[in-house]
Amino acid sequence: MISFFQNVIDAVALGSIYALVALGIGLIFGILRLINFAHGDMITVGCYALIVPSTDAAAQLLIGSWTPLAAIAAIAIIVLLVALSTDALVFKHLRRASPTTLMIASFAVSYVTQNALLMAYGARAKGVDFWSGVNVQIAIGELRVPLLQLITVAVTFALMMLLNLFLRYTRYGIQMRAAAEDFRMAQYIGVRGNIVIGLAFAISGMLAATVSLLYVTQSGSLSITMGVPLVLFAFVAVVIGGMGNLLGSVVGGFLIGILLTMLQAYLPPDLRAFRDAFAFAFVILVLLVRPAGLIPARNTIERV
Amino acid sequence: MNYTFDIEQPLLMRGDGNSSELTAQHLTVRFQGLAAISDVSLTLHRHEVLGLIGPNGAGKTTLVNCLTGFQRPTEGHVLVGRERTSDWSPVDFRARGVARTFQAGRLFKDMSILENVEAGALALGLGRRQAVEHARELLDWVGLKADPYQKAGMLAYTDQRRLSIARAMVLSPAFVLLDEPAAGMSDAECEDLMELISSIPSLFTCGVLLIEHNMRVVMGISHQIHVLDGGCILAKGTPGEIQNNEAVMAAYLGMES
Repeated sequence: MISFFQNVIDAVALGSIYALVALGIGLIFGILRLINFAHGDMITVGCYALIVPSTDAAAQLLIGSWTPLAAIAAIAIIVLLVALSTDALVFKHLRRASPTTLMIASFAVSYVTQNALLMAYGARAKGVDFWSGVNVQIAIGELRVPLLQLITVAVTFALMMLLNLFLRYTRYGIQMRAAAEDFRMAQYIGVRGNIVIGLAFAISGMLAATVSLLYVTQSGSLSITMGVPLVLFAFVAVVIGGMGNLLGSVVGGFLIGILLTMLQAYLPPDLRAFRDAFAFAFVILVLLVRPAGLIPARNTIERV
Repeated sequence: MNYTFDIEQPLLMRGDGNSSELTAQHLTVRFQGLAAISDVSLTLHRHEVLGLIGPNGAGKTTLVNCLTGFQRPTEGHVLVGRERTSDWSPVDFRARGVARTFQAGRLFKDMSILENVEAGALALGLGRRQAVEHARELLDWVGLKADPYQKAGMLAYTDQRRLSIARAMVLSPAFVLLDEPAAGMSDAECEDLMELISSIPSLFTCGVLLIEHNMRVVMGISHQIHVLDGGCILAKGTPGEIQNNEAVMAAYLGMES
């Protein structure tokens, strides 16, 4: 029983990470109909920004050695600026392009980002000793809970609450929701497209920065492609949840986290190597039953 | 009816207090060589209801898209007051007082009734409290009795039309283009709608371009009517003149009845 609860905590923590990534993707998809594969690389950028740029094998902390608040603020700003610049340099020029073209463009942005990092930091994976202080375990009764997992879950819920409040009660949040429902109609009532799109990129950049910090603290290593598996599973989460629906993205993110953790824990040892195959088989099953995802968006198809 | 707005027309009139009319000058729009409209001119004044009728495919929607900045004319110009609009974005059109509604209402169905109107007020620069207040006034004006915190998608069909008119009238635009507001309404509902629309020019000092198939509605409240057929203006005149125009009868009214 104890081990089951241990697994539940693992599952929720992993699910939180996927939920945060899925939110970043879902937010941009909602406004722009852009399936942004480069979102994972924004996470990678946030991780690498912690260290001194060099191709040495050993990583030396730069921003990562600052006080936590300063480091969080700096990483958030860096990732936000990089995310905004992907819009300014690439996507902004493709506003009239089809969603397919946008997606292909995001692949290009993804590879360019990865290769830029490759030039600055070298191809080898590096170990980093970042905030290792939070990698302790606290005992709750007989459970031993890693502090970082608690932080991850708490931060995720806090951010989801904040985003919800922003979208519900602020002047730009309300305009963003209007634009997400019907971009063109929103323009007809005076909503400035570039403002809501810029905001979507900025918020999604900050979400990516959060994932960077949580993820690198846990894994203690850096690689150029570290964002790719995250974004891949988050996409699956977004699709399961229902494209164009933020709540769906969050639910999908948690589901994927729970699914992966539970398969890892309860599959017979011989089959554990095929965990991802089982996970994706389940995804296919979900989509066969509910092709539009668990919580379908009203107007995914009719968007201009 | 003596209805007043607390908010004195702030943003709309920015620098163009003389925008007393919305003008289409010799508009032609061609899609791959085919003319959707050709050489269409019209003038909408701020104190009138101008009816625009014509069979399906006559080019009404293309004309409205031009007048709101979503379609660049191949030839000709759209003027707001004396200003040429060729480099305006659709948002510029709305910010300078040209609003429109859509046939299907096109509400933000997952947002509340209040937020549907509030969003526009926020976009045009009001603060949140002012925007909510303004939205409530407009909902009051269109006579929407439903709970304003209910989702707009829950509204009955005709109430959705009212809401879309309220949304278009945010910060009293100088011109509003209504796209078939009466479609699917019963006679009694049409009466209410006619009263609502005909109050717009005097209440908001706002010109109405009314696109409508329901002849009773168009003939009942338009000061002037333009008939569009095959992308060209076939006739202009008062409702009485249009009803007695033989070309119109042949091209349009004859088909309807």
